[in-house]
Amino acid sequence: MEDLVTLRCRECGRTYEPVAAHVCEFCFGPLEAAYDYDALEGQVTRASIEAGPRSMWRYRQLLPVGEDAPVDLGAGFTPLVRADRLAAELGLAELWIKNDTVNPTGSFKDRVVSVALTKARQLGFKVAACASTGNLANSVAAHAARAGMASVVLIPSNLEAAKIMMTAVYGGTVVAVEGTYDDVNRLCAELTSEHPSWAFVNVNVRSYYAEGSKTLAFETAEQLGWEIPDHVVVPIASGSQLTKIDKGFGELQRLGLVAEKAVRISGAQAAGCAPVATAFADGAEDCRPVKPSTIAKSLAIGNPADGYYALQSIRRTGGGCGSVSDAEILEGISLLARTEGIFAETAGGVTIASLRQLVRNGTIGRDERVVAMITGHGLKTVETLAGHVAPTTTIAPTLEAFDAAFGALGLDLA
Amino acid sequence: MSTTIRIPTQLRQLTGGAGEVTVEATTVGEALTALAAAHPGIGERLFDDAGGLRRFVNVFLAEEDVRFLDGLATPLGAAQTLSIVPAVAGG
Repeated sequence: MEDLVTLRCRECGRTYEPVAAHVCEFCFGPLEAAYDYDALEGQVTRASIEAGPRSMWRYRQLLPVGEDAPVDLGAGFTPLVRADRLAAELGLAELWIKNDTVNPTGSFKDRVVSVALTKARQLGFKVAACASTGNLANSVAAHAARAGMASVVLIPSNLEAAKIMMTAVYGGTVVAVEGTYDDVNRLCAELTSEHPSWAFVNVNVRSYYAEGSKTLAFETAEQLGWEIPDHVVVPIASGSQLTKIDKGFGELQRLGLVAEKAVRISGAQAAGCAPVATAFADGAEDCRPVKPSTIAKSLAIGNPADGYYALQSIRRTGGGCGSVSDAEILEGISLLARTEGIFAETAGGVTIASLRQLVRNGTIGRDERVVAMITGHGLKTVETLAGHVAPTTTIAPTLEAFDAAFGALGLDLA
Repeated sequence: MSTTIRIPTQLRQLTGGAGEVTVEATTVGEALTALAAAHPGIGERLFDDAGGLRRFVNVFLAEEDVRFLDGLATPLGAAQTLSIVPAVAGG
């Protein structure tokens, strides 16, 4: 299928061979995987997909890597669960949670990394590298180990402890950088020029990597019985995931796999790092970079690479963009856990809190069929809950102590 | 004063393969203009029709995005390095 994919500049339309290149040499616009949809039409069917593995690789014909065996830890085909208790709390008629916390390394990043390293291996790379806010670091280190590749992962030094350990355990090289994610990202963009034999998954192989996020849209539609929802809420860091979910829904329609339908796409950001939400609210064409300050470190990208395109997707589809405080993020984590039994990291708290905000301000209609993307596991950011959740009571190991303490709680559990 | 400009892969075919170019300038804008004058073809890739930096071109002065400074008018200090970096990366 490889011959059906080229790279095309999203700005000026120039096309390139499918090599390790991420920006146009003429205008610096992003290169994007482009498919020959006419050739794919009829080849990609609901039946061909349903006959595939129960993973993101059931959609391999719509991923830019050809027929080679993927670098695969089992990412994707995560549960889409109907969330009636959370819906009732929020005043929605129909809400679904795409629970991407259950991926192999606990976040949606396994989708993009599986594609990136499959392509990197195909292109002959032996070293996998990345700039990461944590989740990507975990996933690159794990998939590189799986593929027998070396890894060089660069992270901000102030990351959550779990994200650092969940990266280092795989035995690759982990470089903690004294700076923000944007500093790390700039450093990696420069390192890519100096180490052309390394596959930086979100730099020189980013055009392939980013395509992995389309599978969130594919799965959502398939799991709804091959229907596109009315509204999806997506957390925004670089904005790539949101734009690729948009692309994914578009491809399903282009190939006749679902009925044509206008889906609205809304973003979710932390107020402490909200360049896209701010630009949306201001009616600005592009994002102004910010210096992040939020507990949602996985979304703390002050200069989002795809912010411009995420804004376009949100506006074109009639969505909105939430911007929520750290306190609201923690409430969002608790609300999702309490009502649906799903423990999300801070980015999930941002998504749930934004969902609530967007319902309250009327952006999301109460009768819409809504899907919220919950993209990372709560164990990764557990320290943010210190001081917010704790044992209800602590007692001596006796019946009397239990009765006294439990009675004092005044609960009626029958 | 002389300033070193780090050149990304995408522009190195225009600098004869050089990863660094040294120019004489007092502001970021002057430095980039001097680079463009010395290496034909670079100007149209860095600047849009209005003379501003293209949307997907980031320029860093001593590791700081010049948009957080004074943009193209940012004065250059002694022995500072400018980096031209494609904006589309990361996330």
